[in-house]
Amino acid sequence: MKITGLSPFVFACMILGFVFLYAPIVMLIIYSFNASRLVTVWAGFSTHWYGELLHDQQILTAAFLSFRIAFMNGVLSVIIGTMAAFALVRFGRFWGRSVMIQSISSRLVLPDVILGLSILLLFVSSRSLIGWPDQRGVLTILISHVTFSSAYVAIVVQSRLAGLDRTFEEAAFDLGAPPFAVFRTITLPLIAPSLVAGFLLAFILSFDDLVIASFASGPSATTLPMVIFSKVRLGISPEINALATIIVVVVALGVAFAGNMLQRQNAQR
Amino acid sequence: MADGRTSSLSDRVWAGLGRIGITGKRVVIGIPLIWLTIFFILPFLIVLKISFSTQIIGIPPFTDLFDWSGGGIVPKLQIDWSNYSYLFEDPLYIVAYFNSVKIAFFSTCICTLIAYPVAYGVARVPETWRNPLLLLIVLPFWTSLLLRVYAWIGLLKNNGIINNFLISLGVISEPLPMMNNAFSVYVGIVYSYLPFMLLPLYATLSRLDFTLLEAAADLGASRTRAFVTVTLPLSIPGVIAGAMLVFIPAIGEFVIPSLLGGPATTMIGRVIWDEFFENQAWPVASAVAIALMLFLVVPIMIFQYYQTRSEAQP
Repeated sequence: MKITGLSPFVFACMILGFVFLYAPIVMLIIYSFNASRLVTVWAGFSTHWYGELLHDQQILTAAFLSFRIAFMNGVLSVIIGTMAAFALVRFGRFWGRSVMIQSISSRLVLPDVILGLSILLLFVSSRSLIGWPDQRGVLTILISHVTFSSAYVAIVVQSRLAGLDRTFEEAAFDLGAPPFAVFRTITLPLIAPSLVAGFLLAFILSFDDLVIASFASGPSATTLPMVIFSKVRLGISPEINALATIIVVVVALGVAFAGNMLQRQNAQR
Repeated sequence: MADGRTSSLSDRVWAGLGRIGITGKRVVIGIPLIWLTIFFILPFLIVLKISFSTQIIGIPPFTDLFDWSGGGIVPKLQIDWSNYSYLFEDPLYIVAYFNSVKIAFFSTCICTLIAYPVAYGVARVPETWRNPLLLLIVLPFWTSLLLRVYAWIGLLKNNGIINNFLISLGVISEPLPMMNNAFSVYVGIVYSYLPFMLLPLYATLSRLDFTLLEAAADLGASRTRAFVTVTLPLSIPGVIAGAMLVFIPAIGEFVIPSLLGGPATTMIGRVIWDEFFENQAWPVASAVAIALMLFLVVPIMIFQYYQTRSEAQP
């Protein structure tokens, strides 16, 4: 069957597509080992910029703050997103269902600037009305991140829940198990892979976010993307290349590990 | 049962909560619903409200829409339309809206043209290759957008890697102007949003029944004709879903035009940011945001329509 094979054209397009996706990342990594401060002139191999990075207190503090926010965001988003997914898949029609569906899918596509602006105006208004939040910082960034990343978790968990074989749950119900016990001992392990995927997604969305955090934050909290953005605006710096390389390597290992784990879990079943 | 004790405890807790009207079902529906009412829907109403208020110097820098000073229960409404009429008076806003729509539209087209053959290829390679290739598509999406956009600065600028390379080869003598113009913004947006186009396209194309193509071939259709009459129409839902995932966020894009763009490529996301942070003009920023959202209502509805349709047929 000739028609099911790949034509040379499609094959060439695939190669070019992947080169396009990876060329900038490869360049970042190569030039992070450049001895010269000029990013575009190769002056020999050096790990100088990694040392510089490890002594940059501003970047380290911001990275730690971003990590904390991203982790808490992952946990909260998984809880709220899973609840939303459960409500949408399992509870049939309920009051507010269409509002929930529409808000979830709008949050996936609405530009960050709009989300950031609107949530900041909420914080400002609620402060003048009820005195909370006293100042903007970690908590307000966290709330705004949970608001948008729980939508992604909901989508991921929803598709897993919808495709789930319900006979185990029904058997447990028939044997008289209360709903929460059924959820904990049967449903939860079955949807665990999607919870892991949802957590990682929420973590990365929060860790990468510049725009929404800039609106939701106050002077007390500066996240890593905010530091990177202000440095990059001033020009290219090899230190940022080193930071990018570390992030790419960590993420690649994480994605490979998670992918491998999910695949093994799926194979076990 | 392995842990009857725990389940009977949780049983008793739920029974107690049930007596005051809190059931498991209500909690599971209620928490996400309350969260998004307070932190997602309410903020939009506030943006709408502030877009009609008057700019003042103070904290917060706008007047209250409801004037309670007259006494009584019903406040006097002070609606200020000037923030909206301002949008039409200053060409800055019209130009920025026009630029955003134009750049987002053509970026979506270019993304489709690049992503289609790649997604088609990934959907057709042998089973064992598919997952590694999919992982390669998703991987860039997981690494910081900011840093990937930053990488393009080093590639595109006048003394950047591409220009240096071409000059050393002798292809060009003067560096090509590829930075801080429309070209760099297009490269940045297409590059950043490509995975969002690739994934829905792949999902549609991998579900495609390829025996239909064999049937077309058996009936004497050429490869091109089989593609145009069978594959292409069947993949339209994936194309539209991907197009919306690129077009809608790209219109409001802030990071890419600020890092790669120039004065001629001002986009609306940047305008909202500047009005807000640089000019402290909150009412105007709100009006710009509301106008942008009105424009996005139709694309978002198309996106939702195709999303619910794809969920209906897993």
